[in-house]
Amino acid sequence: MTANSQAAAPAASYLQAGARRGIGAWIFSTDHKRIGILYLVSMLALFVVAMGIGVLMRIEQLTLDPPLLPPQIYNALFTVHGVIMIFLFVLPGLPAVFGNFFLPILIGARDVAFPRLNLTSWYFFIAGALLALAALFTGNGPPDTGWTFYAPFSIRTGTNVTLAVFAAFVLGFSSILTGLNFITTVHRLRAPGMTWHRMPLFVWSLYGTAWIQVLATPIVGITLLLVIAERLFGVGVFDPAKGGDPVLYQHLFWIYSHPAVYIMILPAMGAISEIIPTFAHRTIFGYRAIAYSSIAIAALGSLVWGHHMFTSGMGELANTIFSLLTFLVAVPSAIKVFNWTATLYQGSIELKPPMIFALTFIFLFMIGGMTGVMQGALNVNTHLHDTYWVVGHFHYVMFGGTGMGFLAALLYWFPKMTGRMYNLKAAVVSWFPIFIGFNMLYFSMLVLGAMGMPRRYYTHLPQYHAGHVVATVGSFILAAGMLLFFANLAVAAVRGRKAEENPWGGVTLEWQVATPPPPENFEAIPVVRGRPYVFNPEVAR
Amino acid sequence: MSTATDGAHGDFEGAKLGMWLFLFTEILLFGGLFLLYSAYRSVYPRDFHNGGQHLNAVIGVANTVLLLTSSLTVALAVTALRRGERRLSRLCLGATVALGCLFLFNKYLEWSAEIRHGIYPNSPQLLERPGGEQLFYGLYYSMTGLHGLHVLAGVVLLSVMLVMLRREGAARSDYTKLYNSGLYWHLVDVIWIFLLPLFYLAA
Repeated sequence: MTANSQAAAPAASYLQAGARRGIGAWIFSTDHKRIGILYLVSMLALFVVAMGIGVLMRIEQLTLDPPLLPPQIYNALFTVHGVIMIFLFVLPGLPAVFGNFFLPILIGARDVAFPRLNLTSWYFFIAGALLALAALFTGNGPPDTGWTFYAPFSIRTGTNVTLAVFAAFVLGFSSILTGLNFITTVHRLRAPGMTWHRMPLFVWSLYGTAWIQVLATPIVGITLLLVIAERLFGVGVFDPAKGGDPVLYQHLFWIYSHPAVYIMILPAMGAISEIIPTFAHRTIFGYRAIAYSSIAIAALGSLVWGHHMFTSGMGELANTIFSLLTFLVAVPSAIKVFNWTATLYQGSIELKPPMIFALTFIFLFMIGGMTGVMQGALNVNTHLHDTYWVVGHFHYVMFGGTGMGFLAALLYWFPKMTGRMYNLKAAVVSWFPIFIGFNMLYFSMLVLGAMGMPRRYYTHLPQYHAGHVVATVGSFILAAGMLLFFANLAVAAVRGRKAEENPWGGVTLEWQVATPPPPENFEAIPVVRGRPYVFNPEVAR
Repeated sequence: MSTATDGAHGDFEGAKLGMWLFLFTEILLFGGLFLLYSAYRSVYPRDFHNGGQHLNAVIGVANTVLLLTSSLTVALAVTALRRGERRLSRLCLGATVALGCLFLFNKYLEWSAEIRHGIYPNSPQLLERPGGEQLFYGLYYSMTGLHGLHVLAGVVLLSVMLVMLRREGAARSDYTKLYNSGLYWHLVDVIWIFLLPLFYLAA
C-alpha cells in the first residue's frame, strides 16, 4: 500500500513492464489494462468479420432475381452476423474494453477485485469466439435460426445449432464473471474519499450494467442449455408435440435478452457522460439524475421483455402492461439526453473527434429511442413486427448508440491507452462517410419496414427495390468510413506521435496518471477530495 | 513491493461479496427451470400429480437427510478452521465429501431404476403418456440432473479444500477459501430443499 522503492525510479508504463516477453506477456497478464487491450484487439477483429458479413447481406439484396447467394447461405449470414455482433462485440464491448482498462483507474484502485478471474473471463470470451467460429465450419452447415435461436425451429433444424448455442453459453460465463468482478471492485476498492456520489458517471453505468450481467445472464444460460438438452435428449420443454410451449422459450430468452440490450447501451451512455463535460469544459448537468437513471434503466429494463412478443398471443393484459412499462423505460433514457444537452448549454464546446462522435451518439440514439417508443405501442407494433423497421430501430440503438459510443470512447481514451495520438483530421474525415452511410443504410430500413418489407428474407418484391439499393450503397459508404477510421488508429498505434499526458483537458483520475499508465496505475493510492467534473473556469475561457 | 494484492486478495469481505454474487447467478440459473416448472404445473396439475406418484419419496427424503447433514458438517469444518483446529476441520470436511458422494450414489440408483422402468426423455414408454407427464419427467431429469452436476462440482471443490488443508498454508486465505466453498455447498443444499417437494411430494 506504500509507494516505497518505486518512487525512486520513474515507473515504466504498463506496456513495457513485466517479466515475460512476447505474446505471453499479454495472454498470461492479470493487469486489467492489458486484459482491456486483449479484449479490444480480439473484438475489433471479430467486428470487422461481422461487418463484412453484413455487407454481404446487403449485396444479396442488390439483385432481385436470381439471388446472388443461395437462400440457405443468406439464413446463415444473418445468423452469424447477429451472433458475432451481439455476443462478441456489442454485449461485452464497452465494459470489457474500457471498463477493464479504466474502471480501476477511475475509482483510484490498482486493479480489479479479482485479477485472475478477470483473465479467466477473457479466456472464456476467446473460447466462446472459437466455438462460434467452429460452428460455421463443422456439422451440417452453419446455424440458420437467427441470433435468437427461437424454438421449435432451433430444436428441429439440422444445422449446427448445438455448438453455436453452447458458444453463447460460454460467452455468458465470461459476461457474468466480468460483472461480478466489477460490482466487487466498485464496492471494495474505491480510493479513500471516493464516495458513491464522487464516482465518475462511467463507473455508475458500469455498476448498473454489472448487476444486469449478473442477474439476467443466468436465465439465458439455462435457456440455451435447455435448447441443447432438447436437441440431444428430446426433453420436451419447448416441444409442442410433448406438451411443451415454444412461447415459453421466447419468454425465457427475452427475460435475459431485453435487459441485455441495456447491458449494451448503458456503458456507452456512461462513456458519453465522460466525454461531454470534458469537451464542453463544464461540469456535468444533473450528476445524480444521470447516475440514478442508469440504475433506473437497469431496473425497468428488466421488466419489459414482453414487448418482443406482442404478436405471440400472450394475452391482452400482458401486452398492455408490457407496452406501458416500455414507455416508462424511455423516461430515464430521455433524462440522460436532456442532461447532456443541458451540459452543453453555455459550455465552451470544442469539436474534437471524440466530441463529434459523442454528439453523433446523441443524435442517432434519439432516433433509435423514439422509434423504439413507437413500436412499443401495441397497434403500431402489429404492423411493424418482424419488419425492416425493427432491424432499422435496432441498428440505430445498437450501432448508432452503442457503436458510436464505442468509437467515441475509443477516440477519447486511445491516447491514454497507447501513449500515442492519432491523426485528428483523418478521424474527422472518417466521420463523414460513417454518418452519411449509416443514415442511408438504416433510415432506408425504417422506411422499407413501414412499407411492409419483412426481415430475414433473402429477396424482396420489386416495390422495395429502390429502398434496398439506397441501403446497400449506404452500407458500402459506411464500411469504407469504418475502415478509414480503424486504419487511422492502427497507423497511430504503430507510429503515431507521442500523446500528451492530458490531451483533452479531462479532470477525472485517468488523466492524472502517466500516459500510458504505469503497471499499477498509482504509486500511492490517491485521496479524493471532491466531486468529479470540476473544471477550472480559466480553462473554459 | 505493494502489488495488485492490495485488491480483494486477502480481502475477506470482497471475496465473500464475489461469492454471494456468484450464488445469485446460480439461483437464477435454477430460477429459469423453476419458472418453467410453475408454468407447466399450472397448465397440467393432474399430470404432475400422476407423475409424482411414480417417484420414490423414500429415496428423496433419504437424500435430503444426507444433504442437510452434510451442510452441518461443512459448517463445523469452517468453524473448526476459524479456531485453528485444522485436523478437526479436515475430519468434518471429509465427512461432507463422503455424504455428498453418498447422495450421488443414491441418485445413481434412483435414475437407474427409472430408466429400467423405461422412464427417460424420449423413451417410447414416456411418449405414450400425456404431455404433462412427459414435461414432468423432462423437468425432473433436467433439474435433478443439473443439481447433481452441482453436487459433483461441490464434492470436487471440497476435496480440493481437503488437500489444501493438509498443507500448512496461510491461515487467512485458507479460511476465506473454505468459507466460500462452504457457502457454495449450502446453496446446493438449499436448491435440493426446493426440488424435494416439487418432485417427490408432488403427488
